[in-house]
Amino acid sequence: MTLHYDVIEDDFISAGEASSDLKKVLKQLGIAPDIIRKIAISMYEAEINMVIHANGGTIDVEIKPDKIYICLKDTGPGIPDIDLAMQEGFSTATDKIRDLGFGAGMGIPNMKKNSDFLKITSEVGVGTTVEIEVDCAKE
Amino acid sequence: MKITVKDLQEKLVLKALTETPYAQTEVNDMYIGDLLSWVMSRAKEGNVWVTIQGHINIVAVAVLTGVSCIIAAEGAPVDADTISKANSEGIVIFTSKLTSFQLARRFAEISAE
Repeated sequence: MTLHYDVIEDDFISAGEASSDLKKVLKQLGIAPDIIRKIAISMYEAEINMVIHANGGTIDVEIKPDKIYICLKDTGPGIPDIDLAMQEGFSTATDKIRDLGFGAGMGIPNMKKNSDFLKITSEVGVGTTVEIEVDCAKE
Repeated sequence: MKITVKDLQEKLVLKALTETPYAQTEVNDMYIGDLLSWVMSRAKEGNVWVTIQGHINIVAVAVLTGVSCIIAAEGAPVDADTISKANSEGIVIFTSKLTSFQLARRFAEISAE
């Protein structure tokens, strides 16, 4: 099963809608709550990053029996130093964004903590691709 | 003791801002926080979430974490679009003049009853 979402730049009104929709779909499919929680957290953080930092973008989700794969692509400014961006507490968000309760530098660390595979590829001036995988195998 | 959102509303004297039905939804604990990424990764399903954030993104965090309801503490303003979004997503938002600490203390008292 595949799903596609478009994320609009600077649209805080609908930010998180793709993640909320995916959560509903996964619930209907009977995916375990702890797996849904991991996906909801990691995808929400990635989706919010797209709204805050990039010019919006696209999200493609593949739901397979053994794993859920999420690919978020944007054409934003790109990340000059991915290792730095991965560090907890590092953020380039503006004061306005911080006032909304974002920009604490937890986005990417939260994605890492709540996924079984995370790959970020980025080129300055071209955009960023975030790939997230969460295993669904029964524990 | 099993606490429902209805119990919480009555005992903490909360005013509902949304029209979402809530009577028998169970509350298992309280979570207090204003940093959305922090709340997102730590609030648990069934918690009552206390915050001073009132903008629309609290609804997405509530949907994704599965909290039982949100309380806007200290009369923190809640945007009109937050309320309409909460109504359409089935999220309950209350407002209270009490501080987060006062709400937590009362919650602890009713939990011990």
